[in-house]
Amino acid sequence: MNWITNYVRPRINSIFSRRETPENLWQKCDECGTMLFHRELTENLNVCTNCGHHMNITPRDRFKALFDGGVFNEVKVPEPLADPLQFRDQKRYPDRMRTAQKTTGEKEAMLVASGEIGRTPIIAAAQDFSFMGGSMGMYVGNAILAAAEEAVKLKRPLILFSAAGGARMQEGILSLMQMPRTTVAVQMLKEAGLPYIVVLTHPTTGGVTASYAMLGDVHIAEPNALICFAGPRVIEQTIREKLPDGFQRAEYLLDHGMLDRVTPRTEMREELITITRMLLGMPPAVRGDLPAPEKTEKVDPVAAATAPVAEPGASAAKPAPAPTPQKPLK
Amino acid sequence: MRETRMSQGMTQYLDFEKPLAEIEGKAEELRALGRANEEMDVASEAAALDAKAETMLTDLYKNLTPWRKCQVARHPERPHCRDYIDALFTEFTPLAGDRNFADDLAVMGGLARLDGTPVMVIGHEKGSDTKSRIERNFGMARPEGYRKAIRLMQMAGRFNLPVITLIDTTGAYPGKGAEERGQSEAIARSTETCLQIPVPLISVIIGEGGSGGAVAFATANRVAMLEHSIYSVISPEGCASILWKDSEKMREAAEALHLTAQDLKTLAVIDEIIPEPSGGAHRGKSAAMESVGKSIKAMLKELGKKKGADLVADRRQKFLKMGSKGLAA
Repeated sequence: MNWITNYVRPRINSIFSRRETPENLWQKCDECGTMLFHRELTENLNVCTNCGHHMNITPRDRFKALFDGGVFNEVKVPEPLADPLQFRDQKRYPDRMRTAQKTTGEKEAMLVASGEIGRTPIIAAAQDFSFMGGSMGMYVGNAILAAAEEAVKLKRPLILFSAAGGARMQEGILSLMQMPRTTVAVQMLKEAGLPYIVVLTHPTTGGVTASYAMLGDVHIAEPNALICFAGPRVIEQTIREKLPDGFQRAEYLLDHGMLDRVTPRTEMREELITITRMLLGMPPAVRGDLPAPEKTEKVDPVAAATAPVAEPGASAAKPAPAPTPQKPLK
Repeated sequence: MRETRMSQGMTQYLDFEKPLAEIEGKAEELRALGRANEEMDVASEAAALDAKAETMLTDLYKNLTPWRKCQVARHPERPHCRDYIDALFTEFTPLAGDRNFADDLAVMGGLARLDGTPVMVIGHEKGSDTKSRIERNFGMARPEGYRKAIRLMQMAGRFNLPVITLIDTTGAYPGKGAEERGQSEAIARSTETCLQIPVPLISVIIGEGGSGGAVAFATANRVAMLEHSIYSVISPEGCASILWKDSEKMREAAEALHLTAQDLKTLAVIDEIIPEPSGGAHRGKSAAMESVGKSIKAMLKELGKKKGADLVADRRQKFLKMGSKGLAA
């Protein structure tokens, strides 16, 4: 009614009712409904500790768990044209972008990084489903090209984690043109004789599946990930019949010959290390959690010396916190 | 009214052509009256109505809204792939099958001669009556269709034959079997094959260029579009139902998507617009075919001088540009 009720009271309330603990201490599993303790869930890479359901994970968190010691360098992605069509549906495209940037804290729907996994230098790119459904527009096209160019320059394999609803409608035909464009990026890797591994995560659909996500040397999917060209709803509307259980899920695609493997997220790092090292003709990796790459070892030889050298194969899949000099692997 | 149109080889008016249909109907009624009643002189009046209809048609088609262009592009009587092949090529020899699973009739392709020169021609065919439409799955290809195209493109590459693709599809078929047999992989490989073949590759979008199903054939050295055809990442209806949560907002979506030939030329996504006769290609089939033929021959002549490796490099550069730089927009 007046400035006291509208302004002063909420301020006073907010001072007194300020919570000591963050709100998201517990998270409910979308699949089995178990309440999961936030820290435990993060340690398990957003995989439900009860039912094994794979929840969304941001590229940044994924990279922290993927790279040795959680250390990676972001590869710079060139800026695309902003809103070339001046697209407007119920909202303006730049407004949708700003909202997505605010909620995710990221600039766009793909993160590209270089670093080492099990002492194997790689380039990794990961799509962020929480950013406008991970949709592929010109930025994602630029990111994949930048990743491929960096990989070719440094002679490293590219590991790409896909997650997208498809092409970004707000960029119209220019998003469609990212299909051939990213296909060129894949060709660059192939011509340079470098491994290109695609990890398909939930969901990977539409124009993304019909371009770079299905052109890998090796296709690995996370369990139960939806991977398709046309979504199940569209198909049901078209053919007017109920689709079988598990249709277009990772295991279904494995059965139908579209994937090489279905691997839980918690075992993904080890598997990627194994595969890339064999493809590159390198000796088997030293197993276990590794500290950050050499640079840090030189700075702190004591910490490096005390880093655990796990027995080959043992507990390799489960990333326990390692006493690394830098950010511990979680 | 239907009968009058049939006499000119056309049976269906689009919703926005209603005033035109009325005038043409009146003219035809007058003529019928004149035939029945010989004393009546209807010729001059009928001619006046014809002239009025002609002006109206020209005006209607001069400034078609994006949504109306979609309607024209999908007109059931618009000439399809088969018609262009019959009119423009000689010795067309269809080649069938993907050598894995089946022959997909939504995609037709084969060897043919254009002005005596052997080429490989591939395209989506929607069919022209109920039977052929069902047979050809309304031009919506399954993985077999793309794999047949891959096979034909690679063959063309080995025998140094230019490839001409005619694009006319709502999109790749969203079906159960199509998904199981790897629709996305087939499309991705087809796009990849387009980028690899060391021969001239020319695409003409003759009707609908529907998303990935179109890109799979249209990753070409030169892409031309008929004046009233469309090329889009998603159908206006699909876009409307996702972004507006209302599939009836297709007019707005068509506007926002910039899917007309004119918009795409401005964006430098296509190279050329091929003019259509007044009232669209379905009102003047032979004129439309003639201009498509002329355009293909000109593009082929230009590309024929280039070496295989240069064609591959040019194609790659062309699509690499479709991002940060080099756009006219």
